[in-house]
Amino acid sequence: MSMTMTQKILAAKAGLEKVEAGQLILVDLDRVLGNDITSPVAIREFENIGAKEVFDKDKVTMVMDHFAPNKDIKAAAQCKMCRDFCDKHEVTHFYDVGRMGIEHALLPEKGLVLPGDVVIGADSHTCTYGALGAFSTGVGSTDMACGMATGKAWFKVPSAIKFVLKGKLNKYVSGKDVILHIIGKIGVDGALYKSMEFVGEGVSALTVYDRLTISNMAIEAGAKNGIFEVDEQTIEYVKARSNREFTAYKADEDAIYDEVYEINLSEIKPTVAFPHLPENTKTFDEIGDIAIDQVVIGSCTNGHYKDLAEAAEILKGKKIAKRVRAIVIPATQDIYMQAVENGLVKIFIEAGCVVSTPTCGPCLGGYMGILAAGERAVATTNRNFVGRMGHVESEVYLASPAVAAASAVMGKIASPENM
Amino acid sequence: MKFNGKSIKYGDNVDTDVIIPARYLNTIDKKELASHCMEDIDKEFQNKVSVGDIMVAGYNFGCGSSREHAPIALKESGISLVIARSFARIFYRNSINIGLAIVECSEAVDGIENGDIVEADLDNGVIYNKTTGQSFQTQPFPEFIQKIIVNGGLVPSIQNGEIK
Repeated sequence: MSMTMTQKILAAKAGLEKVEAGQLILVDLDRVLGNDITSPVAIREFENIGAKEVFDKDKVTMVMDHFAPNKDIKAAAQCKMCRDFCDKHEVTHFYDVGRMGIEHALLPEKGLVLPGDVVIGADSHTCTYGALGAFSTGVGSTDMACGMATGKAWFKVPSAIKFVLKGKLNKYVSGKDVILHIIGKIGVDGALYKSMEFVGEGVSALTVYDRLTISNMAIEAGAKNGIFEVDEQTIEYVKARSNREFTAYKADEDAIYDEVYEINLSEIKPTVAFPHLPENTKTFDEIGDIAIDQVVIGSCTNGHYKDLAEAAEILKGKKIAKRVRAIVIPATQDIYMQAVENGLVKIFIEAGCVVSTPTCGPCLGGYMGILAAGERAVATTNRNFVGRMGHVESEVYLASPAVAAASAVMGKIASPENM
Repeated sequence: MKFNGKSIKYGDNVDTDVIIPARYLNTIDKKELASHCMEDIDKEFQNKVSVGDIMVAGYNFGCGSSREHAPIALKESGISLVIARSFARIFYRNSINIGLAIVECSEAVDGIENGDIVEADLDNGVIYNKTTGQSFQTQPFPEFIQKIIVNGGLVPSIQNGEIK
């Protein structure tokens, strides 16, 4: 019986020789993650279970990123609850203001996720780590609580859709355009309950950061996980950050896939997802003049140094349009430092952008860039649902950092190719 | 497991951001979460909903964020059962875990209008529209899922020794 990449990881961590789609299995967890809004519910449930200690203080991880730095008194109380819990249980990987970053940029950067790992996180974008050849998936707070207590989680083994990548991306096109293109093609439930597996020669033509962006939005197609085949770039990336041993799994040649798509990277154009679903994608030949009020460059999807550098290349020596507010959010403290040292922050500020400390803030309509009724934003974030960034009558257009930067300058949704 | 209530119906892709907007996630208080449930998609929801009501919706219900606050807010609002054409996977898992009954049945979604009175018997997988007299068949709940829901979720089931 042949297996997909995902199935091989799950089999290994369940202590089974083989698994097949639909099978229910109990799996050992390499990491259990939560943030400042999901962990408080998990902590309540952890205490309700009567658990006395966490299964492994090195494997439980909490990151204060959603409403941190604390947006209000209630958010402060939630962060305090997490901080007190991590103190009490001597959790090694607790990341607070000043040391934190947006969780899904921070964990790979700190070397906390390696190929072959199984990771659950009480955050839907936990699927990001598939970019490194790990099985990672979002869960709720109760699953996080049980994971913290036992180090295990049950799963239904998923079937998979294979994406065979070939060619390479053109200038001004990045991982964000690839995943928006795919979601536009298969829909927001096109991979419901399934794995998305990315293979082929095109994988190595993508940077690790482009892959992180692609895996990050697998959930936006309903997927359980989105995983890339491990290559030399992956190994170089993780070895620079961790000494821990790992296993890179490849799907069997004859593994069964529900569907197979061939994606030619060289044919992908800058892509924008219109309100109010990530599947409402358009390319610039279909986009007219749409004036905007705000641009957000950041988030777990596109807050990496590469993303900021792509935006800075476009903003260098330019001013953003008079009516536009542009908010740049480096995803981690290390990225922030690099952006300072390499002059990116200067470019952003001279262009008229504000540069924020790492936070999820505006992406989910928390704070730091909320939209009024009737306002439109171009954002490098991951969701454009009704009311996602503010008022129910505001609009979010999802795009790459290059498109977001070009749009900030032009004051309308704009392609860097047309500047 | 038997349910009886009036239906409140929505369309496809009802996401967890509209079920409970993130701006209210600075609390884990169930009643407070419930007081903002569905407000971004239906300002009248709070006035409409009564205890036992059944939510009916299209494809991919509960998509988006993994926030468990979403099924918690629905349950605390009085919703006893959600019937949809399909559910997003994290929402499905979260609902069972917190003891909110949810079931897939496209025929029932086709055959139930907003405000219809609906009965459901999930031991036998039967959904009955009392207003129109139509019946629909769905998968019965396995016994262990029924136990989790009757106990009010996974954690109370562990506390009661029902799940070990």
